[in-house]
Amino acid sequence: MRFERRERPSAALTLLAPLGAIGAALALAGALIATAGANVAEAFGLILQGALGSRLGITETLTRATPLILTGLAAAVAFRARLWNIGGEGQFYMGALAVSAFGLVPGLAAAPAPVAVLACLVAGALAGMALLLVPVTLKLRFGTDEVVTTLLLNFVAILFVSMMIEGALRDPLAFGWPQSVPVPDVALLPQLVERSRLHAGLLIALAMAVAVWWLQERTVFGMRARAAGLNARAAAFAGVPLGRTLVLVGCLSGGLAGLAGAIEVMGVKGYVTTDLSPNYGYSGIVIAMLAALHPIGVIGAALFSAVIFVGADSMSRALGVPSYIADVTVALSLLTMLVALFLVQFRVRR
Amino acid sequence: MTRVLELSGITKRFGATLANDAVSLHLERGEIVALLGENGAGKTTLMSILFGHYTADAGTVRVEGEVLPPGHPRAAIRAGVGMVHQHFALAANLTVLDNVMTGTEPLWRLRSDRSGARARLAALAERFGLRVDPDARVSDLSVGERQRVEILKALYNDASILILDEPTAVLTTQEAERLFATLRDMAAKGLSLIFISHKLHEVMSASDRVVVLRGGRVVAERATRETSREELAELMVGRAVDRPVRPPATPGPVLLQARDVAVAGKGGASLKGVDFALRAGETLGIIGVSGNGQTTLAEVVSGVLAPAAGTLTVRGAPLASGVRAAIAAGIGRIPEDRHAEGVLGDMTTWENVVLERIWSPEFSRRGVVRRGAARAAAARILGDYDVRGAQVDGRVRLLSGGNMQKLILGRVLEAAPDILVAAQPSRGLDEGAIAGVHRRLIEARARGAGVLLISEDLDEVIALADRIRAIVGGRLSPAIPAERADARLLGLMMAGDWRAAEGIAAGAEGEAHAL
Repeated sequence: MRFERRERPSAALTLLAPLGAIGAALALAGALIATAGANVAEAFGLILQGALGSRLGITETLTRATPLILTGLAAAVAFRARLWNIGGEGQFYMGALAVSAFGLVPGLAAAPAPVAVLACLVAGALAGMALLLVPVTLKLRFGTDEVVTTLLLNFVAILFVSMMIEGALRDPLAFGWPQSVPVPDVALLPQLVERSRLHAGLLIALAMAVAVWWLQERTVFGMRARAAGLNARAAAFAGVPLGRTLVLVGCLSGGLAGLAGAIEVMGVKGYVTTDLSPNYGYSGIVIAMLAALHPIGVIGAALFSAVIFVGADSMSRALGVPSYIADVTVALSLLTMLVALFLVQFRVRR
Repeated sequence: MTRVLELSGITKRFGATLANDAVSLHLERGEIVALLGENGAGKTTLMSILFGHYTADAGTVRVEGEVLPPGHPRAAIRAGVGMVHQHFALAANLTVLDNVMTGTEPLWRLRSDRSGARARLAALAERFGLRVDPDARVSDLSVGERQRVEILKALYNDASILILDEPTAVLTTQEAERLFATLRDMAAKGLSLIFISHKLHEVMSASDRVVVLRGGRVVAERATRETSREELAELMVGRAVDRPVRPPATPGPVLLQARDVAVAGKGGASLKGVDFALRAGETLGIIGVSGNGQTTLAEVVSGVLAPAAGTLTVRGAPLASGVRAAIAAGIGRIPEDRHAEGVLGDMTTWENVVLERIWSPEFSRRGVVRRGAARAAAARILGDYDVRGAQVDGRVRLLSGGNMQKLILGRVLEAAPDILVAAQPSRGLDEGAIAGVHRRLIEARARGAGVLLISEDLDEVIALADRIRAIVGGRLSPAIPAERADARLLGLMMAGDWRAAEGIAAGAEGEAHAL
């Protein structure tokens, strides 16, 4: 079997690739469900039912999609510029922790709500940025591989969070549970739907997707970042300041992941624990790839993942299939997407 | 004579282009066949199919009468086909012996028979007069020596058929002559050779038979002694193409002056104490064997590399470092490698047109791209410079080399630069496109721009330049007037022997009070 590069990958093929990938991932997951002894059609029906079949299901799915959109955007903007930020998870936690620490600032509790919310969002984004600027600086100065440094910083970040919530930021009223002091009420995000967990963070996430699209497609910065990612040598020849562009991309990517952490604390939990994120940072990478790094596509990919995660929970309760099937499905969709992207570029011969 | 190799009806299509169209070709034992054709005629594709890098859509390859399974380089090697690539496939950090032995022993064998290999390599080197030190690191070898290692590597794999892809592209005239003497000797000893070339003089001097490819087809086959350069030229191009002629120059004031410029370049191609002056309305040609610093020189003047020492001045004012400063100072830049440097293949035409001047108020305001203006500028260039097959919103990757170069010329000349740096401007283009590029460069000079033409194509430099310097080991030779240039003198200058050039330069200076 040999692979040959297609001279002109067709537009239809490019658009169908994610759908084909998702279909293939669902087929593979179906095989696993069958192996677990459940009726596949029933299981998928229950997944859809659980995620989209009720008001509670829909709001839960959207709540779940909110941080995924932001971490997906964080990965997509970085990957577009060939900055391999695998550290979304760590940046997410730093953003969350920053909100919690910022809540201790005297006077915040007395500030008007919009000011407090905005200040906390900015603090979270800045914390995420700061964590990613370390590997970006190392890359620019010493050529270190950011895949390694960003990945390892995730562990550093989570251990740091653990240290803080058992130390300086520990909630004295939590009966000994390791959790941070709660965010002041003024800094909480308003609910969108009564008697649900859906909060205004979703609107922020959607606005961010549009803003990122606009930045990438309409601004000098976006054009330069794309050029730097496509071909650094040609970009340098055209006068793109590679170092500065990479730092800005790092700020945007880390900032979005930090924002995801901040919003999750301000919208859902109200405080930080070390199980705040069910791998939102890592899922963001999958979502960015599923969206073929397109900011608007990220919304769809995040919704798909959220449906699988929320739906699989209720499906597993009904059928006894382990809810790990959600992780497996999303992971499979990354693999099938990579294959699909490859097949868009290459054709198989013989 | 026995037929050792036979290609019949080879057809290969890439998308819409037919790279090889029912090509048939044979090779007798002890024969040297030249495969002649312009860039893009399908020579390299044909040889890649023979060697198994590509699979043909139709047709067969027979070695010694046996059909070669398509798509398997190993089968080709086993059948005795050796290939010497234009860009050497050697590991620079390993020794000659290591490079030759690579891939010849099973991966799982624990011991490597180095002494046996050494003896065999020495015997081969002796037999074919290809002397190299087996323990030298490849990175320490000259280009000519590296090529010898490539040939030895093929012979070590028991090649009886040797294919050389543009073997002289990186050699000096003298090295090339030595190579062809070796090839003739190898043929006399029973090897059969095919070499790919687009240079008529080497085809005439080194081959027994010439096969001419044009547009993917064999258009002619001639015994070398029964043909002529003129006939081959017409067969290769298909028509008589007149390159434009340069009118006499009227040099104006000095536009660009380099004084004692030094910089460490990539791969040892550093510049050392480079001095030159470029006047308005003249073309200064820089010739040289590739890898002697011409790339670095182009990068310095283009603002990509900052000089480590020395100064560059534009109209007497020092040139700040950086691409933007260079463009703002009126330097137009045509890069050496249009695919890797000149364009971003996956970006649109309009983005490629404006990216290098995106900072100008014409194309962006407060960080937001003025798409309307940018697309209008691109549309204008596509029309004015006759870029075929391009759409304003289409990707540049799909353009042919000639049209890509027209796009680059358009984007550069549209800004009416005072100084034009053209590095290998017609490399890889067909005759028609070359004539177009030359016409644009002559127009720019007539308009009063100073053109710095850096090229490895001597005919091009003689045709376009008013003065010629050679670059050798990062240093510039004295300038000679183009009227005094001939192949022998330029060959000496490129080899680093500047005595004759110094005499001429001193004479010219005396006559014209010029530089």
